[in-house]
Amino acid sequence: MADTGNPIIPNFGDDDETDRKLAIICSKGNLDMAYPALVLGNAALGEGIETHLFFTFWGFDMITKSRMYDLQFSPVGNTAMHLPGRDTKMPQSLSPMPGMTQMATKMMKKQIADLGIPEVPDFLDQIVAAGGHLWACRMSADMNNLDETDLRDDVEAIINASDFIEMTDGAQLLFI
Amino acid sequence: MPTATIAGAEVQINDEGFLTEYDEWSEDIGTELAKNIGVDMTDRHWELIRWLREDYKEKGETATTRRVQTAGGFPTKEQFQLFPKKPAKKMAYVAGLPKPHGCV
Repeated sequence: MADTGNPIIPNFGDDDETDRKLAIICSKGNLDMAYPALVLGNAALGEGIETHLFFTFWGFDMITKSRMYDLQFSPVGNTAMHLPGRDTKMPQSLSPMPGMTQMATKMMKKQIADLGIPEVPDFLDQIVAAGGHLWACRMSADMNNLDETDLRDDVEAIINASDFIEMTDGAQLLFI
Repeated sequence: MPTATIAGAEVQINDEGFLTEYDEWSEDIGTELAKNIGVDMTDRHWELIRWLREDYKEKGETATTRRVQTAGGFPTKEQFQLFPKKPAKKMAYVAGLPKPHGCV
């Protein structure tokens, strides 16, 4: 292409009136299942998209103060499990052995940390700092006998299913 | 590869308008690029952009917003204030660097 003289200015979409909105339902408390929502939510915020995370059932552990640092990864029942970076499969019969979950968790946390990706609570700090909204599920709170004081301070409210449906009018939904 | 004249200098850009040659960038060009996307450069903007360029020189890739916070010391919230809505891409654009590759 020839010299245009006029620079091409990237379109960052600032002028487009977008009402794109993303809501992610986090229903799992396993370490490996916590990350997809965090990575995608964070990416959406970085693209200027209004983002809501709704924590329910086991996903509640991600925002429960007493549990959020202790999410675990277990190889039990995961037939895709192989050793990091290799094609060696681990026999399923070994998965339930004592200490296996702790070892797998430790290995996964190290792999994640090596990439400079934060732990779950730090990642949620970043998401909130980027303008993300955190919501907790009423039924999960009642089942676990938990209230606002047991949850991260930046959880905006414990809301029920109808509130959530109402709030996510027009949003793109992801269930994880 | 298209070229463009920015702040009186001829530079190579890609089809989105990002500079492609690290050494063709100058602060005058940075000011012009910022103006293009509606960002008014303050001292703090410059601190961040200079850090981003230094980090790129060292690491060979553009820092993600995470790294700009942890290694650069510019909190996420502030990045969104300085470069609203899409901080990672806007910072890279103004600094004359490629968009970051990392997910986080």
